[in-house]
Formats: sequence, structure tokens, C-alpha cells
Amino acid sequence: MKLTKRVFLALAASSTIATLPMTAVAQDWEPRRPIDFTIMAGPGGGADQIARFIQSVVEAGDLTNRPLIPTNRGGGSGAESLLHLKDARDPDHTLMVTLNSFYTTPIRQEGLGVDIETFTPITMMGVDPFVLWVHKDSGITTFEEFVAKVQEMNGDYVMGGTGTGQEDSIVIAYMSSAYGLDINYIPFDGGGAVAAALAGQQIMATVNNPAEAKGFYESGDFLPILSFSDERMDAFPDVPTLKEKGQDFSYYNQRAIVGAPGMTPEAAAYYREVFGQVYDSEQWQNYLVSESLSPLPMDEATTRAYWSTQVANHRQLLADIGN
Amino acid sequence: MRQGEISLAGLLALFSIYLMWKATELPIGYISGRGPGGGFWPFWLSLAMLLSCVAIAFNWWRGKTPASRSDEPFMDSFGWLTLLNVGGGVVAFVALISVVSMYGAIALFLLYYLRFLGRHSWPLTLAISILLPIGLFFFFEAVMLISMPQGMAFTQPFFDVMYDIIY
Amino acid sequence: MEILSFLIDGIFLALEPTNLILIVIGVTVGLFIGAMPGLGSVNGVAILLPITFLVPPASAIIFLAAIYYGAMYGGAISSVTLGIPGASTAVATTFDGRPLALQGRASLALVTAALASFVGGTVANIFFTLFAPVLASAALSFGPPEIFALMLLAFATFVGLSGDDVPKTIFSICLGLVLATVGFDTISGAPRLVLFEIDGFLRGIGFIVLAIGVYGIGEMLWTIEQTRGEVTTTNPKMTVKGMASDAKEAVQRGWKGTWIGSFIGFFVGILPAAGATPGSLMSYGVAKMLSRNPEEYGRGSPDGVAAPEAANNSASTGSMLPMLTLGIPGSPTTAILLGGMVIWGLVPGPRLFVDETEFVWGLIGSFYISNIAALVINLAFIPLFIWMLRMPFTILAPLIFVLSIIGGFAASRSMHDLWLIVIFGLAAFFLRKFDYPLAPAVLAIVLGPIAEPTLRQSLLLSSGDPMIFFNRPIAGPITVVAIILILLPALKYLRRKKPVAKG
Repeated sequence: MKLTKRVFLALAASSTIATLPMTAVAQDWEPRRPIDFTIMAGPGGGADQIARFIQSVVEAGDLTNRPLIPTNRGGGSGAESLLHLKDARDPDHTLMVTLNSFYTTPIRQEGLGVDIETFTPITMMGVDPFVLWVHKDSGITTFEEFVAKVQEMNGDYVMGGTGTGQEDSIVIAYMSSAYGLDINYIPFDGGGAVAAALAGQQIMATVNNPAEAKGFYESGDFLPILSFSDERMDAFPDVPTLKEKGQDFSYYNQRAIVGAPGMTPEAAAYYREVFGQVYDSEQWQNYLVSESLSPLPMDEATTRAYWSTQVANHRQLLADIGN
Repeated sequence: MRQGEISLAGLLALFSIYLMWKATELPIGYISGRGPGGGFWPFWLSLAMLLSCVAIAFNWWRGKTPASRSDEPFMDSFGWLTLLNVGGGVVAFVALISVVSMYGAIALFLLYYLRFLGRHSWPLTLAISILLPIGLFFFFEAVMLISMPQGMAFTQPFFDVMYDIIY
Repeated sequence: MEILSFLIDGIFLALEPTNLILIVIGVTVGLFIGAMPGLGSVNGVAILLPITFLVPPASAIIFLAAIYYGAMYGGAISSVTLGIPGASTAVATTFDGRPLALQGRASLALVTAALASFVGGTVANIFFTLFAPVLASAALSFGPPEIFALMLLAFATFVGLSGDDVPKTIFSICLGLVLATVGFDTISGAPRLVLFEIDGFLRGIGFIVLAIGVYGIGEMLWTIEQTRGEVTTTNPKMTVKGMASDAKEAVQRGWKGTWIGSFIGFFVGILPAAGATPGSLMSYGVAKMLSRNPEEYGRGSPDGVAAPEAANNSASTGSMLPMLTLGIPGSPTTAILLGGMVIWGLVPGPRLFVDETEFVWGLIGSFYISNIAALVINLAFIPLFIWMLRMPFTILAPLIFVLSIIGGFAASRSMHDLWLIVIFGLAAFFLRKFDYPLAPAVLAIVLGPIAEPTLRQSLLLSSGDPMIFFNRPIAGPITVVAIILILLPALKYLRRKKPVAKG
């Protein structure tokens, strides 16, 4: 039985090499072992999807001589991943796909003793904006109507999200305090479950990444009424931003690849080259458009500076919402 | 057996109390307007565990379960020896993973079990304890793309050679 | 009629030589992955996802569907032959599959499982074909209160399932439910029950860790100690004739469970957040309740194998429904399939059925073909698994330990969980010696993580008012039935107890 599968895999692998024109990068440093590709979330969420997409592009293009091994370590809101990287046995072969719990989890769980500024920046694959969605049957079509409705319901307006302290809850908390809204926030298990709850009208509104709500948007079930991006999004040109409404606030989920602390500069350079190729690939560029991600390319020094500002911002945001 | 039953119930009761204490780190009450707090579910269920232990002790006192009526020793020397040999073997197996890697530990465990507990012949023992880890290596690392623990640094050259073969 | 022609096109697409080869390979690979404790369809689908970049989307999804089917059939194999449920969906299969194997009737159990799986898959496929879009929107009306009511019902069908010792059974259920809360409380966003302040507990305690510990280590130690190392399971050689007679017996003694499982499984499977595991557990409970000789259950009843197996296949097919019609994953496996669809440039969501008709029906067509292929391939491999059981126990036992440990690591990727498996195994050995039933704990750790959040979400929705479980049109009746079912055995127990106390 093992033989058949091995043969099969060998066949598949050799056909990969034979059919795809891209070639592996020639470098001084090359990985000698399979590369631990830790995903900071459970299977199925946005981060997982992106990680598997990236893995597929790497595999299809045969960009590395050792495979990426995607492993979900979403426990404790990403704490498990952070600890795994911090204590990595072999930093040169340990990478992580992050979301914003990269910043929030070390702040919320100080006992972990994780300092993300010691991690190694690799590549920023893009940032994922947030959008406020309502169901089409709610009768709400603009943000002003939404605010009026929430105020009128006086604490009974129900929104769903992925949990207190998660990205969407930060956005909702900011919005609530800015407009004096009293929202009944209900945590669900992941972005998919949140979208399902809105589709079934178990809840009245959500703040989701576009990718998670896109199917229902296209079918007309969901209506975007506000985006939390810096400028209007190409996918929803008629949807105003919170900034237009006079609030100096935007919020994105980062989709970045990060290396373990203590990774050698040669290894980091190798991975930057590999994921730079992924970033430039047609597949990834199409993905950015279809999933409404914004590009945000950065080099190592900029990334480090960006991290410090993000940590400071999140510390402030979490303090503001009382966490 | 009789002594064992009540000792076990006592241990489990202690464990339940620990869980109850641990659960109080989050609110265990019913928060008005928001439903139960984060510690509600584990706390009250741990209390149910504790009460079950009390009921078990009560049944023991009344001699209602077979174990509580039996004066036989919990396990004879053969039983303890088996537990030590087999259970101890498994514990050693898992402990060895961090030293000689998953595959090395499997080989040693099979060698120990087949030869010393199973009393199989050396050729059979060696055949299984060498071929199975290699087969598992190909299955997990090459086919399933799952990296197993590699133990301490001295196993690395061996793995590097194996990876050169499979990738 | 239009549907029918789409479906026939889909079936022909699946029957194209390349696709047929992919189905056969996919089913075989899936079967072995599923048979491995700790690995399931999610692993199979995840590793082969990148390869699907090389073939057209239609072939890719056919291939993945074949792996999915293969793994579902494979789950029963480890439940029966090793006594370890390889996936949470196969827990109930061990209840009767394992006793049958120990009686030397492993082949009957495996044949029953295969046939029941086939019927379950087929029934689900037919429902799927006929009612997909309607059912999908109906499933959305199941919010947290409805799912919680359903979980209550699942528990209710299990009251009095195992053990005559009531306090020990209650202890076991509560232990499972408490262990399920270890790790992280998503509702308040805070770590919870991080036992002894060990960071490893942040990831929680997975079903698979407890199941492998209890069944793979604990039960094995118990068997070895109990039999003084001389386990005798007389599994006769497999012959074609023997298998035919097993098949006949499977049909005669397992048809009822099969039908119960097929229907319950499908309807529970299509609900978001519920999925195949509660479906298979409830089917087992219901089959036992409706059976004329419920005392046979747990001692090797073919119905007891057929019901959960039919249900988990039926439910797994059903859980594709919210994914295809709404773009909502019902399980980790469908979540990865969903990711695959994005990679191939499809937009999951309500428009998929309309915009990508060919793709959707190609997939459904491949379900039919994969199901048949899985049955044939599974039956063909049964003799191999029986042969494994004929090995001397002193070889089989260490192999089971090795597979438990390596499979446990594959599922969790953490040494912490491996130590937990060993600790659970040793604890299970002692608990088993003193007649603590452990199956309820294993069930509870599966249902707990669905029950607790839905309870709390419901109460958040109603601002703390528990009437939400009674005054919603779907949740209400389910809750009432569940409560009656829970109270019924308690009343019976009290009535039965009185004369004993007097006499």
C-alpha cells in the first residue's frame, strides 16, 4: 500500500516539475529539511485559506527544494503558534502565516512572554480590509440608517463576530464608542459561521473581510454599508469609508509571512526571494483582486517599523475597549 | 479491590475540586442579561463530578458495586508486572521520541516489545523494527507531508540524508 | 428533468477515463488514510490540494471527493480492527464493531459497515440531487438555540447507554464536558482551565487525544492485563463464500440501522455547526431506542455498526450541501475543499449552483461514482484487514501502540498532546478496572464544544432569557422532546429501584 502511494506521489511530483516552466531559485542557502509552515488559525478560516493558496503556488511553481508543511496551530487565539515559533527547534526552517492576533495575543496574554519584535519579517502578502455588512431584508441601506436603527433598539441590536479581542470586535468596539452605540455582540466559531448566521438572519449585522461575505454579496443577500479601509475599495466603489464619515480610523487584517526569531539572514533572504516570487505570480495577483486584498509591499526595515507602530496601536485600541 | 475503589474515588474528587478551583478564574455565575460566564460550564460540571464521587463513595460504603465487595487485591503481582512492562514501555517510548526521534523510538519500542515481551525470534523482531519505521517515514514525511519530531541534534545527519532521498 | 440531464452529464464526466482513474486512486488513498488512527479526510484533502493545480478544476474536485469518500469508509476500519475510532465520526462504530471483532466476526462488522456506508451515501446523494437548494436555506434557520436543542437531543438518545452504575456514568459525562472546555474561551476571549499553568493546554484537549488515549492505550493495557497477554480472537480465513454469507447476514441484521442512520445522518449533517459526528451518535441512539432487542447493542449488534456508519457517510455528503449552495464550510474538510474552489477561481456562495452548473453537477455525479468505487474497493481490501487481525497478539499489540502514538502526533503535531495520550491511557486503565464507563466521556468531548458555545450564544441572543429554547418554532419542540427523553430513563430507574430497596 505504501508503495502505490509513493509511486503516485513521485508521479505527481515529477509531472509538476515537467509541466511547469518556473525554476527553483539558485541561492547560497537552501533549506535542507521540510519547512514548517505554521498557520496561526484553525483550518478553514481566511488565514488558512491564504496559507494553503500560497503553498499551492509554491508547489506548482516548484519554488523550494523542500516542501512547505502547513500545520494549523490556532489554539489560544494564536498563542500556540507564537510559542511554537518562539521556541522553534530549527529557526531556519520555521515560518508562520499571520493575522492580527500576531499583535493582539501577546498583549492580551502577557504570561506567554512573546515579543513579536524579535521575529523575522519575511514578506507582507497583503492586507485584508474590513466591511460592515447587513442583510438585504433588514431595510438598512446606509450607515446613517444603521446608526439610527442601533440607537433605536437600545442594546437589542445583535451583531456577530469571531470573538472578543478578535479583529472584528476591535472594529465594532471602535465604531460603538465613536457613535455611542450599544451593540449585543455574539462570538461565533470563525468567519464562515458568522456569515452563515447573517445569511440565516440569526444576527443583524457583521464586520467581515470581503472574502468571507463575497458569495452572499454577489447573490444579493448581503449589503455592504461601510468599509474600514483608507480609501474606497475597488470592489465596492459606492460604499463610503469610516474616514469619510469623519473618523480617523482604518483597520486591516495583515496577511504576512513571518520567520522564527533567530533565523539566519541567509535563510531569511532565501524565503524573501521565494515568497517575493509568489507575490509577483499571476495567481497571487489575481487572488488579491478577487478577494479584495490591498497590496502593501514592504522591505525588512519598514516591516520592523510597521510592527512597532502596530503593536502600539493595538495596545491603545485594546486599552480603549477595556481589554 | 475495596480499598482501590475508595482511593480512586478520593483521587477523582480531588481532581474535581482542582477543576472547580481552576474554573473560578473566569466568572462562574449567571451574568444578568448576558447568560452564563466563561467559568459557568466547567465549574458546575466539576461540581457534578464531585457529587458523583460522593455518590460513588456512598455506594462503596453500602457495598453496592462488585469492586467494593471484593477483598481480592486490586491486581496480583503478574498484573502489576504486565502494567509495568507494557505501560512502562509506552511511557519510555514517548520519552525517547525527544531523544532519538519518532522513528528511532518506534524501532526501539518494537525491538523491546517483540523480543522481550513477545519472545519472537531475532530475525522477525529485527525485520519488523527496522522496516516498519522506514515504511512509516515514507508514509508520513513523503506522502502525508507531516514532519515527525526529530529528537536531539545528533539524529540530524540521518534525516538530512533521508530527505535528500525523498524530495 | 433538467436536473436529471445535468446529473447524467455529471456522471458521464466522472466516468471519463482520466477521471475514473483519479476516482480509483483517490478512493484507495483515502481508504488507507481514513483507516489510520489520527488521520482523516482532512489530511488527505489537504495534502493533495496542491496537486489539483495540475488538472482541470472538474477533475480536481472529483479527485478530492473520491479521497473524501474513501476516508469516510476507512474510518470504520480502524474502529473495528484496532478498536480506536480514527475520527470522531467513527466513535459509535467502535461500540459494536469492536465486540464483533473480538468475537471473531470482524469481517461481518466490516462488511456491514461497507454496505451501510454505501446505502447512507446513496440516500444522501439522492436527497442532495433532488432538494439541494431548498434544504440549504432551510438549514440556515437553525441558529444557536436550535443547534443547542439538537445537542440536548443527542445527549438524550444516549442516556442510559452504557454502564449500570449511574454515578460513574454521570462522572464520565461531566469529565468529558469539562475537559472539552480546557484551553480558550472564545466567547469571552480569555484562556480558561490552563491546567497546572502548562502552556500546552492553551490548544485545548482534542477529541482525538482522549479517544486514542482511552481506546489505543487504556483499552489495550486492560485487554493485555485481563487476558494475561493471551488474547485469542479467532478470525477465520476470508473466503469469497464467507464474505457472501457475511453480506447476507449484514443485510438481514443491519438493514434497520442502515435506514435510520441514512436519514438522520443526512438531516443532521446539512446543519451548519452540527455535522457528521452528532449525526452518527444520534443514529446509534435512535436505532437502539427503536430496536426490539436493545440489550444486543454494545455487545456486537450489526445494527449498531450499520446505524453510525450509514449516518456518517450520509452526513458527510450532507455537509457538502452548505458548502456548495451557500459557500459555508460545515467541517474542516469542506473548509479546505472550499479553499480549493477559490484556488480554481470559483466563487463559493449562493450563486455557485446557478453560475457553475457544470462544475456542481460534475461534483455530484462524482459522488455517485465515488460511492460505488469506494464500496467495491473497500470490500476488496477487507481480507487484508482481516489478515492483520490474524497476526499473533504479541505483534498486533505493539503495532497498535505504535500507530496510536504516531497517529496521535500526526493529528495534533504536539509532544504535549502525546504525553496527554499516555496519561489518559494509564488513567483509563485504572478507571476501566473499577468499571467506570469511558465511552460517555469520549462522546461528551465531541458534543461539549458544540453544546457550550451554542448555549451561551443563545442566551446572549435572548439577553439571558432561557425561554429562547422553548419559544422558537424549531428549537421548542426539539428541546421538549429531549427533556422528556432525558427524564424517561430516570423515572424508570426510580420505579425499578423501589422494589429492590424494599426486598
